[in-house]
Amino acid sequence: MPEKTMRDAINEALHQAMEQDDSVFVIGEDVAGCSGSAGDVGAVGGVFGVTEGIYHRWPDRCIDTPISESAIVGAAAGAALVGMRPVAEIMFADFIGVCMDQIVNQMAKFRYMFGGKSRCPAVIRFSSGGGFSAAGQHSQAMYQVMTSFPGLKVVVPSNAYDAKGLMLSAIQDDDPVLFFEPKILYQETAEVPDEIYTIPFGEANFVREGDDVTVVAFGQMVPKAAAVIDALGEEGISCDLIDPRTTSPLDENAILESVEATGRLVIVDEAPPRCGLTADIAGLAADKAFSSLKAPIKQVSAPHSPTPFSPELEAAYLPDAEKITAAIKATLA
Amino acid sequence: MSIPKETLLHAYRTMKTIREFEERVNAEIMNGQIPGFTHLYTGQEANAVGVCAHLDESDTIISTHRGHGHCIAKGAEVSGMMKELFGSSEGLCKGKGGSMHVADIDKGILGANGIVAGGPPISVGSALAAKIRKNGKVAVSFSGDGSVNQGTCFEAMNMAVVLQAPAVFVIENNYYSEHTSINYAVGCDDLKARTEAFGFPVFVADGADFFAVHEAAGKAIAHARAGNGPAGVFAEQGRYHGHFVGDPQAYRAEGELEDLRENHCPLKNFRARMAETGELSEAELDAIDAEVMAEIEQSVTDAKAAARPTAEQVTEDVYIQYTATA
Repeated sequence: MPEKTMRDAINEALHQAMEQDDSVFVIGEDVAGCSGSAGDVGAVGGVFGVTEGIYHRWPDRCIDTPISESAIVGAAAGAALVGMRPVAEIMFADFIGVCMDQIVNQMAKFRYMFGGKSRCPAVIRFSSGGGFSAAGQHSQAMYQVMTSFPGLKVVVPSNAYDAKGLMLSAIQDDDPVLFFEPKILYQETAEVPDEIYTIPFGEANFVREGDDVTVVAFGQMVPKAAAVIDALGEEGISCDLIDPRTTSPLDENAILESVEATGRLVIVDEAPPRCGLTADIAGLAADKAFSSLKAPIKQVSAPHSPTPFSPELEAAYLPDAEKITAAIKATLA
Repeated sequence: MSIPKETLLHAYRTMKTIREFEERVNAEIMNGQIPGFTHLYTGQEANAVGVCAHLDESDTIISTHRGHGHCIAKGAEVSGMMKELFGSSEGLCKGKGGSMHVADIDKGILGANGIVAGGPPISVGSALAAKIRKNGKVAVSFSGDGSVNQGTCFEAMNMAVVLQAPAVFVIENNYYSEHTSINYAVGCDDLKARTEAFGFPVFVADGADFFAVHEAAGKAIAHARAGNGPAGVFAEQGRYHGHFVGDPQAYRAEGELEDLRENHCPLKNFRARMAETGELSEAELDAIDAEVMAEIEQSVTDAKAAARPTAEQVTEDVYIQYTATA
C-alpha cells in the first residue's frame, strides 16, 4: 500500500469528493492562491498545501476569499443550507475567535432552531495545535472548545490513513463538521489506500491493546503516547491506547469498556486543562466506571497558560514522553 | 411601471397580514400568551413585501430578529408561525425556534436571526451556490440600520463583490438600533454612499411606499439576477413599536409615533394610490381586510389549541444522525 503524508491524504480525499459530487466546493483564504495577482492562480493550494491542485481542475469550485473568516464560514453555512457541500478552510484554528458566531450561533443551531427542517452539510477545516513555535495565536487545539457545542461534529485525526477516511465521511455527512488537522502531523506518513473509503464518526481506534492501563489521547498526542507505550512494553507494562478520532460524537463505550478491564485511566491532550477533554473523560469514567478504578485518574495536558513562542518554552508547555510516562506509572504505583 | 392586478392584490393582502399578525402578537404578549423576546415589524411592511414581490420560492431570503414580516412576505404560513410564537410543537419550527428563528427552508426562508448581522454572510453563501450552479437565483439579506455597523455585514458586502455573487442587501433604516439613534451609531453622514463604496449600486426608496420599494428592489434584484454581482436597497421607514415588545421607547420625540402612524403608513399610502389610479376598488381592499382579520383570528384560536411539546422532544433535531455509541 502506498505511503502518503497526512497532507496528501486529505488532499486526495478532497479531490476524490470533488470528482464524485459537483456540489462539493472548497472556499477560503489562498485555497487557490494568487487570485488577482501577477502570479499563477492556483499555485498556492492553501498555506499548508492541503487544497493543492484543486483550482486547476475545478476553477469554479475552488474559491479564494478575502481575509474574512466570518464571511467564509457564513458562506459555507449558507451554501450548505441550499444543498451544496462546501469544505471551507480556516487557516488556523485560533481564528475561530473571529468567526465563532457563524459556527456556534448559526450553523450549529440551524437544524434545531428550524425544527429539524434544514440540513447544513458544511465542513470547516482548520490547521490545529502546537509544535511550530507559532506562539499564542497560531497554536491552539480549539477542538476541545468546539466539542461543547451541540449541533457540531468534531473530528481530530491522528494519522494520514484516518485523515482521509474521516474527511470523506465529513464531506458526506449531512450535519456540520469541524475538522481539526494537527499541523505538526501534516508531513507524517502512513499507508493510505488510493481508493475511496470512509471511517465512521463515533468509533474509536484502538491504536495499542494492553491490560494494565487505558490511555486516551487526541490528535498529535496519539503518536506521542504510542511511542511511550511501546517503550513501557519493554518494562512489562501494557496499555490500551484509544484514539477517539471524533470528540463529538465520542465513543464513550470504547473508553468505558477499556477502563473496566484495566482499572486505570490516563488521558492525554495538548490543550490547557480547564473544561477540556481530559477533564471531560475523567468525569465520564468517574461517573460510569468508578467501581472499576484501581487508581486515581491522571490527566496530562498543557498548563493553564497560552502557548509560548520560544522552542524551550513550548517544549516545556506541550505534553511530552516524560510526562505521559510519569502519568502512566503513577496509576501503577 | 405597471404592476399586474394580481400582484397588487397579493401585495396589499400580505402587508395587511403582516400588520394584523404583528398587532395581534403584541396583544397576545401583553395577555401573557406568548413567551420570550419579540420584535415587531409593524410600519415596515412595504419593505418586505416590495422586495419579496420579485422573488420566487427558490430565491432565498435571510432575515433579522425583526423577522415576522419578511417571513410572511416570502410565503411562510401564518398559522404555523403563530403556533411557533406560542411555543407549540405544531409550530413551523416545532417550538424550537420561536419569534427570532422562524424559518421555512422549502420556501427559501433561511430564517429570522437573533444575531444582529448574522444573516448577511449566510446569504452570500446562498448567492454563491446560485453562482456556482448558474441557476439565476438571487439571495436577499435584510439588515437594519444597526446591523450595517457589524463587521460581518462589511465582510459579507465585500465578499459578495469579490465573488460577484448575486446577493442583494436590503438595508432597512428604522432610525434606531435598539435604543440608539442612527445619528449617533452610523459615523458617516451618508449610509447609502458608505454602502455603495463597497462596490455595488444601492437603490433608495421611501419605506412607507410599497411602489417605491417595489421599483427600487426590482432594479437591485434584476441587477443581481443578470449576473452583475451584488446590489442594495436602502429603505427608510420607522417602526411603530419599540425595539422589543415592552420597550418604553425613551428615545422617541414627542409626537413621533403618532406622526409615523398617521403620515407614514404603507397601508394607507397603498389605499390612497389605489383610490387615485382606480386599479383596485375600496370594496376589494375592504374584502381583503376582512379575510385577513378572520385568518389572524383563526391562527390564534388554532395556536391556543395546538399541541404542546413534550420533554423527550428537547433533544430531537440537534443532528440528522449522531452516531455516538453511548
